[in-house]
Formats: sequence, structure tokens, C-alpha cells
Amino acid sequence: MIPTEAAAAAPPPDIWSQLYVFVLASFIGLGVIRRVSRLLHTPLMSITNAISAIAVVGSIIVTGSDYPPGIRLLGAVALFASMTNIVSGFLITDRMLKMFKTDRKPGEGGPS
Amino acid sequence: MSYGFVQLSYIIATALFVLALHWMNAPATARRGVFAGVAGMTLAVAATWAEPVVVHHGWIIIALLAGVAVGVPLSLVPLTAVPQRTALSHAFGGLAAGLVGTAKYYLWFGEGPENLTAYRMVAIIVEIILGFLTFTGSLMATGKLQEVKWIPQRPVTYPLQNVTNFALLAIAVVTGVALILHPAAAWAPAVFPVIIVLALVFGVLLILPIGGADMPTVIAILNAYAGLSAVAMGFVLDNKLLITAGALDGSSGLILAIIMCKAMNRSFANVLFGAFGQVQQAKASGEEKVYKAETIEGAAQVLEQANLVVIIPGYGMAVAQAQHKVRELYDQLKKRGITVKFAIHPVAGRMPGHMNVLLAEADIPYTDLVEMDEINSDMPQCDVALVVGANDVVNPAARTEKTSPIYGMPIIDADRARTVFAIKRSKNPGFAGIDNELYFSDKTWMLFGDAKNVLGELVKQLSGGSGMH
Repeated sequence: MIPTEAAAAAPPPDIWSQLYVFVLASFIGLGVIRRVSRLLHTPLMSITNAISAIAVVGSIIVTGSDYPPGIRLLGAVALFASMTNIVSGFLITDRMLKMFKTDRKPGEGGPS
Repeated sequence: MSYGFVQLSYIIATALFVLALHWMNAPATARRGVFAGVAGMTLAVAATWAEPVVVHHGWIIIALLAGVAVGVPLSLVPLTAVPQRTALSHAFGGLAAGLVGTAKYYLWFGEGPENLTAYRMVAIIVEIILGFLTFTGSLMATGKLQEVKWIPQRPVTYPLQNVTNFALLAIAVVTGVALILHPAAAWAPAVFPVIIVLALVFGVLLILPIGGADMPTVIAILNAYAGLSAVAMGFVLDNKLLITAGALDGSSGLILAIIMCKAMNRSFANVLFGAFGQVQQAKASGEEKVYKAETIEGAAQVLEQANLVVIIPGYGMAVAQAQHKVRELYDQLKKRGITVKFAIHPVAGRMPGHMNVLLAEADIPYTDLVEMDEINSDMPQCDVALVVGANDVVNPAARTEKTSPIYGMPIIDADRARTVFAIKRSKNPGFAGIDNELYFSDKTWMLFGDAKNVLGELVKQLSGGSGMH
């Protein structure tokens, strides 16, 4: 196997540190998400969709590296799917969040 | 140098993602969260694209542009279609994970079997099984939510359903283990697609028995799967940003699924394998019960006399697109100094938070949207409970009827209000097919008709009739 430039520069995968990161990130996720307002569960779902489309990072590597075309094609489809999630996820989250208002313009019916 | 730069960018992106979710804890800061998310994503994409291994750019640009071209229209769907859009995005997430896992396997197989370590193979197998079952499962959910003609809306069940499903999954797992043990065998590249197909079929079969009322839970579970498949991709690619972002998504799906299950007093297993919609067919109601119908004029008069009106929306409101009419009614009542609150059940609608978004769209201040637990203590003081397209979430059988399939489910105590008006499209029982004794109670009056029309008539009556005595 011919080591690529990045493979040469990057340290070998460390299984334990990966698992470590996974466990800690899950606890942070549980702690943060638990505090999310119930009002916002739909936008929450769409923003986490967009964030988990971070698969875009892996797809870029697979699509753009000097790999056989068949493999790069799989990467390109994955990249398309991830990018769709990023764009629609963030846009629709913002669109929904814009609608959440405390009060309406012409001062009738205050918060009670 | 460049490795350090990429890792630093990933760490910053991770921090931004955590902040993004943190800011979702209140509507006032939530839009800042979107900004943080976009910033983190942009940084991660730019840093990755700048990596020296990325030498071909044409396909990347095409795929990104195609993603934008499809993503923008998908973000403009009507808010009643948000559950479908969400399910579709889980499908895309699962697809991406499955494809990258597949690509990596064949790549490493071609480059030399020494790359296919047991650890990597475990991660790849988990990634493709989760990814592809999420893909077809979410597509099925999308189809059901969108009410695509050739996808059955009602739960589909057949004998030995769960046994078949588990057997299928078991075959996929066993095949996966064989591949993990012999990743470089001559037969391995031919067997790999078998796992993919099994996962794809399993995804379809998993969602087939699910009915619409269970969709909030199922969407949340698929959300968790999509997140976990991204985590598995992170293990495959040795990419900690993928692991963290996937874990955040996975834990979000998990928490939402737990909240939904609690709100229905059911377990994950029961939602996924219980085929809810079927249970009640056998249960025919013994005696003939009668509804008491009320006229629009009568209802308007009672509403005018109220001090506290609680509106309980359900999926029927979304179907009838009645949220704007609800807002007009809210305005009319507010103008008379009547306090109006909305009681939101966690599983009302087809996804977590569905009702809140629809009502926010109709310009109702979110301070008047009240959670079930909070509103229930106010229900005895409530003069009028107005049920708009909700059914099971106000069914008192959940409290009293031990034989009812929804027994134990927390409900909004509409029956404790002084008067109940229920807007209902037809005289048929609700989604779960369960009779709702609330409708036959002494203090309940039915307003039959399409929710949008009935509310429109009420508003007309209230605005035109305000001079009447």
C-alpha cells in the first residue's frame, strides 16, 4: 500500500481515544439537549440533522482523493446527500425559529 | 502542519456545534444557534477541502451544487410537511453513511487486505447496516407521512412479522461477523452487498407496521440511528469531528424518543414491534352512545362568557391547515379580555414539537403555548376547553379504562374543564380507532365539520355578533 501524504502526517488511529471522544460527546449531547425548550423540538430535530450531515467531511475526502472512479462516485452521491441535509436543515431551522415570537406587533394581548 | 490545522478547525467546529445546541434551550437565543452551526459546518468543510489528499475538485463542486439545488426547495416546504422533510433528511443521512462505508471497504480491499483490520471492519459493518436501514426506513416514514398512494398508511401486519424481521437482521449480523473474521477472503467483496440488501429490506419491514400516531417516536428513533451511523463513519475514517457531531445527533434523537415514549406510556420495543393500530379492531363498543352537537351560535356565546379558554390542538388541525383560523379565534377572544392558552401534548402531531411550530407560524406568541404538565393544574379553572383535531391525547380512558390500549398515557385533562367543545371532522373514532368517552360526557358539545370551516364560522360569529346581547 502506498501511504498518502495525509496518512503519513496523521498518527495511526487510536481506538481508545475515539471511544473516549464518543462517550464524552454523548454525555455532552444528553446534557445539552435535555435543556432544549420543548417548544423547539421540531427546530431541534432539523438543526441536529444539519449538524450530523458533518458526514460531508468524509464524503469530500472520498470524492476528492485519488481513488478509483467507482469509489469516488459513491463518495459524490454521499456528498450530495449530506449537502442537501446541510442546506435544507439550517435554512428550515432558521425559517421556523423566526416564527417564534413573544408578542405580536400591535400591542394587543400581552404575555400573561 | 496541515494535520494540526485541520484538527484545530475540527475542534473549533465541535465547540460551535455544542454551542448551537446549547442556544436552542430558549427561543430568544435559538437563532444564534443556527449561526453557530453554519459557522462550524463552513469551517469543517473548508478545512477538509483544503487537505492535501483532496486532489480532484470537479465532482465535489458538482455534488455540492446539486445538494444546494435540492436542499433549498426542501427548506421551503409548508410547515405541515416538516415531518416528511425531517424523515427524508434522516434517509439522506443514512444513505451518506452507508455509501461512505461501502466505498471505504472496497477501497481498502483493493489497496491491500492489511488495511481491513478487525476494528475497522466492525465499524464498517455497523455503519452500513445502520446507514442503509435508516435510509429505507426513513424513506418509508416519508412516504407514509406524505401519504404516497402505494405506501400503506395503516399499520401492515402479518403472522410472524417480528420473527421474520429479526431473522433478517440476524442474517445480516451473522454475515457481517463472517466478513469481520475474513475481510479479505475471495468471496468477501461479493458477500458485502448481501448485507446492504438485507439492511435495506429490514428498514422497509421495520416501518411497515408503524401507524401515523407513532410517527413522532419513530422519527426520533430514526434520528438517533442517523446520528449513530455518522458516529460509525467517524470510527471508520478516524475522524473525531464525525464522532462528536454524530453523538450529538444520536443523543438528541434518543432524548426525543424517550420523551415521546413517556408521553404515550409505551416502550421503544412496543412502538417498534407492537403494531399499535391493529389492537383495537377487535374491541367493538357495546352500547350505542350519542353525541350532543352544538351550533356555532351557541358555541360562540359560551366562548364569549369565558374567562379562561384552553385550546387543545392535534394532528387534525395540521391536516385541515386550520392554524391561521385558530389565530383569528385567539384574536377575537383576546380582544374581549379572555385569557387563551394552548395545551400542547408532546405527541400531538406527527413529530416532536409539531404543534408549536404550526402555531408559531400562525403568529401566536409562544408564551401562550403551554406544556401538558403545566396546563393540567389549570384545567379545573378552565371555562372552555376547545379540542381542535386532537383525540387520543384528551381521551380520559387513558386514566380510567384499564383495558384501553392507551391506558396509562398521560393526557391533557380536557374533561376537567367546565365545558368542552370538540371540533371533529366525522363521527368516526380517531386514529387509534378508540372510542373517546370525552365526546359523550355531559359537558361536551360537538362541533362537526372541517376544523378550518368550523373555526372560520366561529370567528365570523364572534366578530359580527359582538354587538349582540
